[in-house]
Amino acid sequence: MSDMNHTNDNSAEVTTPAGAGTDVVQSDKFTDPGVPAHRPRLTDVDPRSAKRNERIVTFLFALSCLGAIGTIVAYVAVPPEGSTGSVRLSTLLLGAGMAVSLLGIGIAGIHWAKALMVDTEMVQDRHPIRSSDEVRADAVRDLNEGLEDSGVVGRRGLLKGAALSALALFPLTIAVPLIGSVGGDWNISKFKHTIWKKGTRLALDPSGRPIKASDVNIGSAFHVVPETTEEFRQSHEWITEKSKAVVLMVRVRPEDLKSDQSPEGEQWSYDGIVAYSKICTHVGCPVALYEQQTHHLLCPCHQSTFDVADSAKVVFGPANRPLPQLPIAVDDEGYLVAQDDFAEPIGPSFWERLK
Amino acid sequence: MSTAHDTTTTAAAAPAPTTRTGKAADYLDQRTGIGGVVKEFARKVFPDHWSFMLGEMALYSFIALLISGVFLTMFFEPSMALTQFEGEYPATATGQTVSVAYASTLEMSFEVRGGLLMRQVHHWSALIFMASIVVHMMRVFFTGAFRKPRELNWLVGFTLLILGLAAGFSGYSLPDDVLSGNGLRITDGVVKSIPLIGSYMSYMIFGGEFPGEHIIPRLFTVHILLVPALIVALIALHLFLMVLHKHTQFPGGGRTDKNVVGYPALPVYVAKMTGNFFIVFGVLVLMGATMAINNVWNYGPYDPSPVSAGAQPDWYMLFLEGSLRLMPGQGTEWVIFGYTLPLNVLIPAVVVPGILFTFLIVYPFLEARVTGDKREHHVLDRPRNVPVRTALGVAFLSDFILLAAAGSNDLIATHFGMSINEITWVYRILFFLLPVAAFVVTKRLCLGLQRKDRELVLHGHESGRIVRYANGEYVEVHTPLDDQERWMRVNYDAPAPLEIEPKMDARGVKRKGYGADKRWQGLSRFFYEDRVEPVTPAQLAAAHSHGDHDALEAGGQQAAPAAVGSGSTTGTDSQEH
Repeated sequence: MSDMNHTNDNSAEVTTPAGAGTDVVQSDKFTDPGVPAHRPRLTDVDPRSAKRNERIVTFLFALSCLGAIGTIVAYVAVPPEGSTGSVRLSTLLLGAGMAVSLLGIGIAGIHWAKALMVDTEMVQDRHPIRSSDEVRADAVRDLNEGLEDSGVVGRRGLLKGAALSALALFPLTIAVPLIGSVGGDWNISKFKHTIWKKGTRLALDPSGRPIKASDVNIGSAFHVVPETTEEFRQSHEWITEKSKAVVLMVRVRPEDLKSDQSPEGEQWSYDGIVAYSKICTHVGCPVALYEQQTHHLLCPCHQSTFDVADSAKVVFGPANRPLPQLPIAVDDEGYLVAQDDFAEPIGPSFWERLK
Repeated sequence: MSTAHDTTTTAAAAPAPTTRTGKAADYLDQRTGIGGVVKEFARKVFPDHWSFMLGEMALYSFIALLISGVFLTMFFEPSMALTQFEGEYPATATGQTVSVAYASTLEMSFEVRGGLLMRQVHHWSALIFMASIVVHMMRVFFTGAFRKPRELNWLVGFTLLILGLAAGFSGYSLPDDVLSGNGLRITDGVVKSIPLIGSYMSYMIFGGEFPGEHIIPRLFTVHILLVPALIVALIALHLFLMVLHKHTQFPGGGRTDKNVVGYPALPVYVAKMTGNFFIVFGVLVLMGATMAINNVWNYGPYDPSPVSAGAQPDWYMLFLEGSLRLMPGQGTEWVIFGYTLPLNVLIPAVVVPGILFTFLIVYPFLEARVTGDKREHHVLDRPRNVPVRTALGVAFLSDFILLAAAGSNDLIATHFGMSINEITWVYRILFFLLPVAAFVVTKRLCLGLQRKDRELVLHGHESGRIVRYANGEYVEVHTPLDDQERWMRVNYDAPAPLEIEPKMDARGVKRKGYGADKRWQGLSRFFYEDRVEPVTPAQLAAAHSHGDHDALEAGGQQAAPAAVGSGSTTGTDSQEH
């Protein structure tokens, strides 16, 4: 009883019928009955069954050949040109043939192994993973001899220090140029500005047409970008700038507009028209779903909900801050324009956001 | 001349090979000494169990990924340069300004024969690859296959899991469509939330501001060179260690920590493993042929403005997505000395997966420590026999699944017509309650199953045969267990909590390290306080001798420490300190 952990050890000897029964300690633990006797399969006892299963395996390999040929036939006979439907058909036929060719081999192999190959269990010994004490001693001796043979006599510390320093410094020759260039100009203050400027017209996304205040009906939501040249809109800079500059603009009844973000003495909305950054303050998805009745804006990615009639405050979800407001006004021709860039960085929070 | 040479190089007694195979083998062996390898491995025994196939499935879907991936690289152009899409199909894309990466994805789908098939096979293989890794890991965890000497191989496997996530993530973003672009944008938002270095890491990843024009080529290199090279290297190490340790085996008659019982590599496993590869690949091809996946032309090229509702990432990222969705935003963004710390992003996207991954990394070492166990283990545990491990695993798994479901809360809301806010709140509460409940229930189930094992060993199976004695008493006859079944139900360890040395040493001085010992003992109690000891032959004999049902209940009591275990383990455990 006193050595529970050890007598329960799985590694206790299993095939020692000699000691069993007489030994007192043995009564603490059942004896291992040994590997179960082999139970013959139908194919082991009935030669006809074995023969039949051999035919099945042969048939499966033959089926696989047909599948491979089928794929080649489909490749030649059903070209995917013409329509989406023909692409689907070609994909289906090529894939079906290929699947038959693969599954034929696979099932044949497994069936062969299970039905025909000898299934008598074999037993092999394991050996402890650790090396024996002699091997360990030899290894330590070899290491010591190797160190002695390294030839350094005096001032070992200095040489070791110099070698380690050299090894530690050499990666810098790769890392410094790489890190210097991998982040572009490393000017992270770009997070804080967009291309909105005083007087930039609000334009429709994606057409780029400027918007008149009179075109904005109550209850409607507009996906807005800054007006730029057509040439700029075909460039990469545009995609990057657009990522920060997109705005969602809605018009609510002026009496429904509880508040917006304009500071004392300024008017950031225009006759119930309010424009907020479309980039969620959570992790930056475009906040695209507008619910007219409640004036709620919902981010489809993580369901942060903002109330556009109340300074775009967070009503629900993982976002913490309101969407920044774009101050807007109307120019002489009646077009909606920005009064200025956003007053705070748009999008998700980052360490230096308020610095 | 030639005969003279032969006799000097081969053993003097061995005649020169005459058959063609023999000659080829001789040629090869003289140059590589491969004969020794063949002798070592040809008849090497591997144990058999269906669950040992799960890791194989991961390996084979990886091979399918390599094969279909090479096909795709022939046609994909990882460039973010803008171009007018020239192709006629799909008609919606014709004439659009798109990136070359997006255009080449459409062209390989619509114009390359078998291109769409290979794209779909590749994507399905990635999903199955990750799924089989996770299920394989569950098998290893619940059966205790991570125990000595396999702790390091568990870490190799864990690293493979992380690399699999990296491979999936980098590949998913390559077509440069709206869906994956928004995925990248979320990644950017998460990276920016990291204190101190977040903004610079975002610049490092994108080569400037999001999205810039470098990310697709960079992800391409990561996806087709860096990550797969590491995966191949670590798979090699994983398999090398597996062969070195020899495979674990399930408990059963004749299976011990000192032997391996199973079938020989040649012919059985050559046939089974080859067959498995072709079946896995075949099923993946069948999925690619019949189930559309990631039809990027329906989403359109990346544009920072639109986003699709009801969009989910690939399944293995769902738990992160759900974690982001569940975190409440109010009051969780802190500003410290003017620096912003967005805990509403950091906690769900960094801390939550951090807890899961840390648990996976430390668990094997933690369990060995609280068990006081330094032996090699090659016979697996039945999950019921280690109740706390099984319960911890189920608890973590339940939260993983809950978070994945939370990552689909919008779909649940639209499909079942429920309020998304309510669903989210229910999940927020369940996130804390579910793992606790899962832990308690699983632990009780395991203990219950162990008691059932005891009862079966002591009383045998109910036979359904009712016998009436002369005195009128009715008794159901129980069939005793055969040797094999009894062995399966009694052959396990039920370790007791660690015993530690007293606080004061012999001279009455407070012992150093007592506090740490005490804490480890506390953890050990958490693991092993409740336990069911296996039946001993003496107990079985006692049960048979009086044959009375009621008298035997005591034997089945949980922990039965007075009778069986406690006070007995002192000697073995305290040597730890």
